[in-house]
Amino acid sequence: MREITYAQAINEAMSEEMRREKNLIFMGEDIGLYGGAFGVSKGMFEEFGPERILDTPITELAITGCAAGASMTGLRTIVEIMFSDFMTLAMEQLANQAAKNRFQFGGQGSVPMVLRAPGGSGTGAAAQHSQSLEAWVAHVPGLKVVIPSTPADAKGLLKASIRDDNPVVFLEQKLLYRVKGEVPDLDEDFIIPLGKADIKREGKDVTIITYGRMVQRCIKVAEEFAKDGVEIEVVDIRTLVPLDKETLISSAKKTGKVLVVHEACQTGGFGGELVSVVVESDAFFYLDAPVKRLGGLDVPIPYNPGLEALVVPTEEKITAAIKDLL
Amino acid sequence: MKLSKEIHKELYLKMNQTREFEETAARLFVEGKVHGTAHFCIGEEATGVGVCSALEVEDYILQTHRGHNQGIGKNMDINKMMAEFRGKATGYCKGKGGCMHIADFSVGSLGANGVVGGGLPIATGAALKQKYNKEKNITVCFFGDGASNEGAFHESLNLASVWKLPVLFVCTNNLYGMSTPVSKSMNIEDISIRAASYGIKGIALDGNDVVNIYEETLKAKEYILENGPMLMVLNTYRWMGHSKSDAQIYRTKDEVKEWKEKCPIKQHKKFILENKIMTEDELVAIGKQAVEDIEKAVEFAENSPEPRIEDIFDDVYA
Ligand SMILES: Cc1ncc(C[n+]2csc(CCOP(=O)(O)OP(=O)(O)O)c2C)c(N)n1
Ligand SMILES: [Mg+2]
Repeated sequence: MREITYAQAINEAMSEEMRREKNLIFMGEDIGLYGGAFGVSKGMFEEFGPERILDTPITELAITGCAAGASMTGLRTIVEIMFSDFMTLAMEQLANQAAKNRFQFGGQGSVPMVLRAPGGSGTGAAAQHSQSLEAWVAHVPGLKVVIPSTPADAKGLLKASIRDDNPVVFLEQKLLYRVKGEVPDLDEDFIIPLGKADIKREGKDVTIITYGRMVQRCIKVAEEFAKDGVEIEVVDIRTLVPLDKETLISSAKKTGKVLVVHEACQTGGFGGELVSVVVESDAFFYLDAPVKRLGGLDVPIPYNPGLEALVVPTEEKITAAIKDLL
Repeated sequence: MKLSKEIHKELYLKMNQTREFEETAARLFVEGKVHGTAHFCIGEEATGVGVCSALEVEDYILQTHRGHNQGIGKNMDINKMMAEFRGKATGYCKGKGGCMHIADFSVGSLGANGVVGGGLPIATGAALKQKYNKEKNITVCFFGDGASNEGAFHESLNLASVWKLPVLFVCTNNLYGMSTPVSKSMNIEDISIRAASYGIKGIALDGNDVVNIYEETLKAKEYILENGPMLMVLNTYRWMGHSKSDAQIYRTKDEVKEWKEKCPIKQHKKFILENKIMTEDELVAIGKQAVEDIEKAVEFAENSPEPRIEDIFDDVYA
């Protein structure tokens, strides 16, 4: 299979969907000729033109609400928010309007929009450009939430998100943009349905439930443990909402030991939800040890690179957590 | 108004320090000594330096992501600025903030901001406190042309207006927000007319004329303490890319060249020599001092310790 980067995969997904669906438009800051702050939309302006690739002023609230309004009335929209931290500026239109529209109006309309935004630390951009805010949006009924960990997942899940009739928050990972991975050929209409977890590595001894940038890190740790005969299963949930509870539960039953890992701050993080899914199910009776959680430290992301690397789950911390479980 | 030789010295030194600071910072990136990014204000030195030099310690400023000129203008310690840029424990924010989040409350800087427009509402609050305490000081809020399209701009100007808060809103119009030219982000050419919507005074100035900016800031402060907020637009240009990585496909080399000819430092030099305020030799000496100041700062930062992970939870809460 061919290999492309995570950023290219996202570009392909958007471009393919725009070729297929003439009512799909894309708006955001500096996404046109400039190609987006992270270069994700390079070439799209040239192909689809200024009517469908809309460079906006710096105005996150209006962009998000504009997309919601266009989507309510018959277009489909993709919005790029330059850093997921700035979803906070868009939050009113996203959480109070787009998310609630269908329900509060008794199912009269729908809001088929995708809000794409990169999250995560590791780029030296400090406290206001590095957060992992997925728990904020996962908490709002009406929004779906996706975080892909590989180029293939990014492509397949984004295409599914664009075809979904609901507002989908598609959280990309800055540090993965340049990472390459195998992706099915261009002539294939490659879709990964939302709500399906993916077992990225099979194992029988311990389950790690994770997502996003932490998936590769957990696989790396798992490979180290495999050298000592400990087989770790790495489950990538891929979509937080809707959540594939069955896959989590059956993996927990199989291994009897569960560690949940994410980059976002631990307190109030989505990990708490994942732990609950396991312990509230009959997997509880199969557990050999208390379920463990490893999130980022409860601090804003610091600028200093040494500190920045240490406030999120490191290989060492994940390893130590697994040892605790064993 | 005739500014003293001392003031001219100060303005000229600060603009040179700013330029030297940034050219050095750009070099440190190339040397791999800094990670992350930085936004340089080369070409815009007169804006922050001109405004802030006209203020007192008790006047507050809210800085932008492109604010080394604002910090140096407000008399921030260059050693601590450089140390913060390097992420060192001796930096202004103990290495936790970086140059996009730099602050020095002791000189009245309430901080730079990574969020476009993030400082505008904060400025109204600082000004409310000044008004509440019947202080004879104002809050100056810096932001860009791009930021003036955010809701925060419009809400803050309106609030400041109806409450008659002592805020000087300073819009540094460098013609672009990242790659987007002003002509594509708003349907007006003169940003200062936005003031009219809120019933406040708006003026537009040559943002490369440090002397005029200084004088107009003094006048603005007086006006604001009497009448309430004001919008001051400083028209200028950023010479470098938006941040570290920017191929600048959105503008022509000719345009950049044209603006380089309007260099605020050169312009000030010309003014000083023509008016015989200082000699060429005196100006060369000031330039040298700026270089030395930055060299010292680099050394200070280089020899400073890294922050410790043991202290990571400090300052999350008071
Ligand atoms: C709320 C928000 N949206 C987007 C960004 C990304 N961004 C950083 S600087 C910038 C351009 C700002 O333009 P302007 O206000 O004119 O300031 P300039 O950079 O030109 O000094 C953008 C879009 C941000 N930091 N914050
Ligand atoms: Mg600008």
